[in-house]
Amino acid sequence: MPWIKACTTGDIEEEDLIRFDHGGRSFAVYHSPDGEFFCTDGLCTHEDVHLADGLVIDYVIECPKHNGQFDYRTGEAMRAPVCKDLGTYPVKVEGTDVLIEVPA
Amino acid sequence: MARTNRDYALLGRDAKLAEEIGLVSAQWYHTDMPRKEMKALMKREDGPAIRDTAMLFAAMAVSALGGIALWPSWWSAPFWAVYGVLYASAMDSRWHECGHGSAFRTRWMNDALYQVACFCMLRNPVLWRWSHTRHHTDTIIVGHDPEIIAMRPAVVARLVLNLFGIFEFLGNARALLTLAAGQMSEQEKSYVPESERPAAFRIARIWLGIYACVAAAALAMGSILPFMLVGLPIFYGSWHMVLTGYMQHLGLAENVLDHRLNSRTVLINPVSRFIYWNMNYHVEHHMFPMVPYHRLKDLHERIRHDLPPAHPSMLSAYREILPALVRQFSNPDWFVKRTLPPTAKPYRPEFHGDLEPGRPTPGIGGYGGLPPDAVPAE
Repeated sequence: MPWIKACTTGDIEEEDLIRFDHGGRSFAVYHSPDGEFFCTDGLCTHEDVHLADGLVIDYVIECPKHNGQFDYRTGEAMRAPVCKDLGTYPVKVEGTDVLIEVPA
Repeated sequence: MARTNRDYALLGRDAKLAEEIGLVSAQWYHTDMPRKEMKALMKREDGPAIRDTAMLFAAMAVSALGGIALWPSWWSAPFWAVYGVLYASAMDSRWHECGHGSAFRTRWMNDALYQVACFCMLRNPVLWRWSHTRHHTDTIIVGHDPEIIAMRPAVVARLVLNLFGIFEFLGNARALLTLAAGQMSEQEKSYVPESERPAAFRIARIWLGIYACVAAAALAMGSILPFMLVGLPIFYGSWHMVLTGYMQHLGLAENVLDHRLNSRTVLINPVSRFIYWNMNYHVEHHMFPMVPYHRLKDLHERIRHDLPPAHPSMLSAYREILPALVRQFSNPDWFVKRTLPPTAKPYRPEFHGDLEPGRPTPGIGGYGGLPPDAVPAE
């Protein structure tokens, strides 16, 4: 699977996320409170709402539509109405570039 | 005479029609907000809800103790009046906010108060969480929103009985008994995932056990006093929830994708705002459900330029609602289309913002012919 540049480290505030679209798919890239970066599917597994408009609380992303929560490090669905986990993708930082490994 | 026969059933004709024309799980209008500002408004805190919860439980304890001390004298009535409103109206808003998970920052605090509030309201926490989820996905979409209170035309008996908690009690009591028996209706199954159903059954059985204990205490004491504390407040304390709740959507548009057309913001007194936990800012809440109750006033100030003017009082809201409900008896397609200020982005056709009062509503299949008295928006 190819590594794709999603953004630079300065593009996302700590404890926040951005939307990144690639190859007809939408991803969410997170900057955690301790400076790490993570990547998940960009749409909530409940009703296809973009998570980029949601709220990051520590290591949790809360969906803006129904307040469902996921652990964005593992994709685990944590709070109803989400029942299905998010897909997660490897992330690495090279210099100031944030790269994600996504399906071709 | 009603010209349309609306089908509000969750698996009915109009549910299918709404889906066919793209009203279901659709994109809704949102006022533009910079991400930085929205993040600040969405920020979670424990402090405000801990303070309010402490005040609520203290007030409930004092009023309950006063009622018990003066029981069975009529002098206890004022204490029960306060206790009932806190039990059956303030707990409604706690159910709502904690259901959204936005009242507290700490998850277990939201969950704990949610369970307490659900018990007070006799609302199964699983069933009602999922029905409210649907209400936010498909707000006032006929055949999809399970929380539409006033059909068109309105069922007056239902609206009146609800002032005494009766109609909702009947539905919740039926649900309690059927869920305790391990059964769920097809309509409920349409919005509660299979994985969540066992929890609904388990909680219903626990609640039946609690009510059995209350009944045993009442029998042992030879008094209804235990039920004055648990259960009966639903009947004598729901009126505030109903008065504030009816303001949310009644008389406004159905089958639109812009909360400015189907929700209402009303400025109310501070005591009612405490009881209602600021849900009087209802357009704001529906547009941005991530914003906790204690920041809704700030959100209102920030986006009011893009919203219809807030009603200045409950009286003002009911002066709009009641004539609209009356008019819907002769014309179910009638609704109040509120005028936007010049600073607002206009209602947009793609969100069915071109729907005019009295004109046939998209997604409704029960029309017998063209409306004879259709009129343009006022």
